[in-house]
Amino acid sequence: MEVLTILIPVSLFLGAVGLVAFVWTMKARQYDDPDGDANRILNDDYDDKPKG
Amino acid sequence: MSLAEHPHPAGCPACVAAPAAEEIAAGVAPPAGPARLQLSLPGIHCAGCIAGVERALTAVPGVEDARVNLTLKRASIDADAGTTPADLIAVLDRAGYEAHELDATALAATETDREGRDLAMRLAVAFFANMNVMLLSIAVWAGAADATRDLFHWISAAIAIPTVIFSGRPFYASALSALRGRRLNMDVPISLAIILAVALSLWETMLSGKHAYFDAALSLTFFLLLGRYLDHKTRASARSAAEELAALEVPRATRLRDGAEEEVRAAELAPGDMVLVRPGGRVPVDGRIVEGRSEIDRSLMTGESLPAFAEPGSPVAAGEVNLTGPLTVQVEASGQETALHRIADLVAVAESGRANYSSLADRAARAYAPVVHLLALAAFVAWMWISGGDMRLSLNVAVATLIITCPCAMGLAVPAVTTAASGRLFRKGLLIKDGTALERLAEVDTVVFDKTGTLTMGLPEPADLGRHARRDLEVALALALASEHPLAVSLARAAKAAGIRPARATEVREVPGYGVEATVRGQQARLGRAAWVGAEAEGVTATYLRVGDSAPVAITFTDSLRPGAEEAVAALTAAGKRLLLISGDAEPAVRAFAARIGIDEVVAEALPEEKAARVAALSREGHKVLMVGDGLNDTAALAAAHVSISPASALDAARVASDIVLMGEDLSALGDATATAVRARARIKENFTISTVYNVVAVPIALLGFATPLAAALAMSLSSITVSLNALRVR
Repeated sequence: MEVLTILIPVSLFLGAVGLVAFVWTMKARQYDDPDGDANRILNDDYDDKPKG
Repeated sequence: MSLAEHPHPAGCPACVAAPAAEEIAAGVAPPAGPARLQLSLPGIHCAGCIAGVERALTAVPGVEDARVNLTLKRASIDADAGTTPADLIAVLDRAGYEAHELDATALAATETDREGRDLAMRLAVAFFANMNVMLLSIAVWAGAADATRDLFHWISAAIAIPTVIFSGRPFYASALSALRGRRLNMDVPISLAIILAVALSLWETMLSGKHAYFDAALSLTFFLLLGRYLDHKTRASARSAAEELAALEVPRATRLRDGAEEEVRAAELAPGDMVLVRPGGRVPVDGRIVEGRSEIDRSLMTGESLPAFAEPGSPVAAGEVNLTGPLTVQVEASGQETALHRIADLVAVAESGRANYSSLADRAARAYAPVVHLLALAAFVAWMWISGGDMRLSLNVAVATLIITCPCAMGLAVPAVTTAASGRLFRKGLLIKDGTALERLAEVDTVVFDKTGTLTMGLPEPADLGRHARRDLEVALALALASEHPLAVSLARAAKAAGIRPARATEVREVPGYGVEATVRGQQARLGRAAWVGAEAEGVTATYLRVGDSAPVAITFTDSLRPGAEEAVAALTAAGKRLLLISGDAEPAVRAFAARIGIDEVVAEALPEEKAARVAALSREGHKVLMVGDGLNDTAALAAAHVSISPASALDAARVASDIVLMGEDLSALGDATATAVRARARIKENFTISTVYNVVAVPIALLGFATPLAAALAMSLSSITVSLNALRVR
């Protein structure tokens, strides 16, 4: 049962990472244009370097 | 349009209006520094379009940044103050993309969907907490005991308490406002169940008890937030589409100052200013004509299909359309002062009456909540008596009853169905703006139609070209080709389609407001208004032709039917609805039209107040009226009706007043809309029945004290999934 002391914090931590990632995408407005984002990966405009 | 800033009607006044109004207030402030322009791009659909549009826009000097949103089919552009939307539209047009200017203030509310993002955040937190607590709970159900179980309960409590405080807020707020208004809604039992479940579980955990309901409280929060979010999303997408319609009509005017023309926002005009209204343009203000002669199309305001003659001294009102010659108008009232706006205010008053409609969900809650609460109280009292005062046991049973009977499935039952039904109708081109519109539509037994612009396109077409001599038509075509007047354009199109070739005409001259004259075959010919041509005016829409000294000929027009109008009328008649046609147009025109489309009951020459009064009278007789209309003269009636629909071509005020907006031209979706609404209501009632059946099975178990957290979780999930699946059948 001692393994629980490691496993529970680990599972909580991983879940929290997912939650924080979601909050970040939300705040960064990454859900404003889902269709556009799906199509933008087909553009080769910023393939070499990210947009400045 | 000067109405673009008018806030859209919110679905439920209590819960939606406040944040929306806040956003509008926040968005109205003009952005400092570089201007942000919004363009609508209806034609874009692929990655190539995104790149093409952005490249074309960023190449324009003065444009700092351009970003396309493919989901909304819009582009937002940061540009310096010197760049006008017209320049950018021209650039995109050359690049092969259709673009229209959007009024930024009208879009302010959709741009930041704060309520939606807020709900999504709460939903995500609830989901995270629910999954983690569920993991721990499964361990407990699987047999964790003693110290391990207590530890798991404590961890669950640490996760659940903050989550329930944060994620449950929409329910507590709504429940509080209902209680303050001395009403009961679905959120009262929900809030009570969540709070009591967590409080009791915490107490149990402190006493290292066996059962804790943290997982139940969290799944409850999660499922109900999901329903709430779905509901919000459907309404938000309909609202944003409706707002885009309003934003497409940018309220601009051409002001004349010291002989120079300048483009200004209609809101900036002051009484005394001179405004130029070009042919085909909409009059932006109330005023009086000082220069120019023309014909004015008042159909959106009054329903009359005959254009009115206008000359210096004639009054014009905002919303009317100038047909032939350029007009200079002296402003008497603009913006909020115009007759158009005053009518829109009347609508707001009429609408407050409709806010009294209580949705099926609210009615169910009103019957349901007291039963649940009494049941839980009875369980508590009974167990206190049976167990001889064992508070802990009795409270456990009472809370288990509350959780199991908590209207989880009911909270999902309505949103899941309306989401599925609205999605179906959205694909058919119907925007459901109001949350309860579908329920109200399902109750309709009487349909009132407006004529001009609703059942008809508001576009005239020649009634009987075959009646006229070919020679006359050749002359008429030659003259009609020289004018942009809607009658002339329509006549030219119909004559060409009939294989008529224009006669050779010389010295062709258009006299704005009167007609066209020319010399044909050595004779003077005139096509235009009756008095100018020397003819006796007839009661129907007509243009008159006179060649030389021969007797004048009247070419009559009828309004072309809107596509799908006949199907819609047929479908509604077949569904057993009573149909009425109420129009502001002249009696003969209305009667002839009603006979053509198959409506028996007709009211002609109705003033706007009469339309509304007629609708109100029908309502008093106990009829549930659906009003379909597009004009300013319909707005009061639209607002007074039980439920209302307007086409996308309608005046902004009419669209704002209606619950449902019909995108596209086709009316045939109307029949389908009522059928879908009836089906949706049936599904909602089925869902209520399903939830009740679950309760009938589960409540005795809870009351007898056999309910465990596992049983509660199972009952809740099963009933939620069943109602969601049932809702999908509407699609």
